[in-house]
Amino acid sequence: MVNALPAVATPAVSESALVKWLLVAACVLFLGVFLLVPLGCVFAVALGQGVAAYFASFRDPDTLSAIRLTLLAAAIAVPCNLVFGVAAAWAIGKFEFFGKGLLISLVDLPFSISPVVAGLTYVLLFGSHGWFGGWLSAHNVQIIFAVPGIVLATIFVTFPFVARELLPMMSAQGNDEEEAALTLGANGWQTFMKVTLPNVKWALLYGVILCNARAMGEFGAVSVVSGHVRGLTNTMPLQIEVLYNDYQFVPAFAVASLLALLALATLVIKSIVEWRAAAVATSLERAPL
Amino acid sequence: MSIAVRNVTKRFGAFTALDDVSLDIPHGRLVALLGPSGSGKTTLLRIIAGLENGDAGEVRFDGRDMSRQTARERRVGFVFQHYALFRHMTVFENVAFGLRVRSRKLRPSGEQVRARVFELLDLIQLRNQAGRYPSQLSGGQRQRVALARALAVEPSVLLLDEPFGALDAKVRQELRRWLRQLHDDVGVTSVFVTHDQDEALEVADEVAVMNGGRIEQVGTPEEVYHRPASTFVYNFLGNVNLFHGRVDNGTTRIGREASDHVVFVRPHALEIARRPTGANALRATTTHINAAGPVVKVEAITEWGARVQVEMAQERFSELELRKGEEVFVIPRDLAVFTNGRRVG
Repeated sequence: MVNALPAVATPAVSESALVKWLLVAACVLFLGVFLLVPLGCVFAVALGQGVAAYFASFRDPDTLSAIRLTLLAAAIAVPCNLVFGVAAAWAIGKFEFFGKGLLISLVDLPFSISPVVAGLTYVLLFGSHGWFGGWLSAHNVQIIFAVPGIVLATIFVTFPFVARELLPMMSAQGNDEEEAALTLGANGWQTFMKVTLPNVKWALLYGVILCNARAMGEFGAVSVVSGHVRGLTNTMPLQIEVLYNDYQFVPAFAVASLLALLALATLVIKSIVEWRAAAVATSLERAPL
Repeated sequence: MSIAVRNVTKRFGAFTALDDVSLDIPHGRLVALLGPSGSGKTTLLRIIAGLENGDAGEVRFDGRDMSRQTARERRVGFVFQHYALFRHMTVFENVAFGLRVRSRKLRPSGEQVRARVFELLDLIQLRNQAGRYPSQLSGGQRQRVALARALAVEPSVLLLDEPFGALDAKVRQELRRWLRQLHDDVGVTSVFVTHDQDEALEVADEVAVMNGGRIEQVGTPEEVYHRPASTFVYNFLGNVNLFHGRVDNGTTRIGREASDHVVFVRPHALEIARRPTGANALRATTTHINAAGPVVKVEAITEWGARVQVEMAQERFSELELRKGEEVFVIPRDLAVFTNGRRVG
């Protein structure tokens, strides 16, 4: 649980007011230039020709198809990574086995590898000239330049998020509560559902939110496997690029504003989740039974 | 239910945690596994519980081999050193857990669960804390909840791992007496692990002293304290003075020369006198006197330079009018002689 007390500066380590304000000003300036101005710019351009033009952007069938495809990819990738992340964190956090270090490195791999390389790997495996390309085309299965490739690439890029959020927590909590549940007669599933899962639910939710944000915003890996077929294999980020390259600035920034809104919503939910987790951890008074 | 441990061995890599251990625990007894850390006592407890599997040997409950049964099937109540309460559940839910996870046909009704949980909460005197979370309880309260949770499923045996290890001295004292009382009321066969000899001697019917993965001695607290079977047990169960000696015609003589006979004498079994009597009157000089407390503790140094601790009653101390730096005779009333770690006289 998030249990850190707010740091209170003691006189020995506190700086003068001038230094404090300089630091704060530097942070605000930096955030302003690199975050707030671009964010404002997105909405300014999107709404630059009026609200009507903004909403008209979403009547384009190709754009609608891109939104649907993004939602579909996230709807498949997030549950997959939820299951995988919980399983991986459980295995790594609660058991000792040979090759554990290797598994941890593998979980982190998508963080350290360029998404473009990840996409290319899928092309090399499943593309028409790839290892499995011949077999796949003989059986009439299209993965690259089609929806399955986009889903695969999205899963690859987003799979560390849930596992990474859960791992530190599961390791820290140890096995005591699970062992207690077993001695009390609970079976493995009951132990998992009633003891393990409730103890990590906030971390899990946090991981899912981050995973979802990345799944919807992923560009590099998806770009390589998508083939950019308008109305078929373009996700929202790819559609933005296409529109922008066609000098359709309002529609491009309108779609971009959707992703920006998603990011803002993610931030809000994330804050609520963190606040809830902290509240649960520090709550001192509860209503009696 | 009686417990029989037969030739159990357990290794963790190169470390042998248990080395061919056998132990019999009769029905209804309260037994302490006593030993220093690393002696294998917790491992033995976990093997009895089924939380760990031995590499060899077997565990029998009432004569039935349990080695293939999981912790879940053994119906043991286990109390963990750090309580292991379910932190997201209230006290009530914690105690009710074992009843609520039963299969549908064995599961008691909501009303029965409630009645049983409150019965146990009365037993641990925490009825008014039923709605609280573990984080809102003190250490002693958590430990009692852990006990109630373990008892809720009516276990065949109750196993406690360092039950008072994480508590402060006063709460510890209270809980010891409470545990003894509880055991007498409930009567379930119980085993608890401890590294604190006072705790073991005070609470248990029987004490198994463990060292280096082996059981050194099993016996009542009186037996292990007064008739230790090995130097380790002698050393572990209280303060002791160590001398070298030799045996002439059945009489032990303490001397300065190193020998393979080791003589142990407890501080309260040493007498201080002005005149030498008996076979072993050791000439010594007092170096320190601590007269604060029910017994007077005197430190002396023998003529060959061995340090000796003596404990005596306040009356005897005032009778002697003992002072620091005086020359006296230290006379053992009761001594134990060991050769190669085994008692010989």
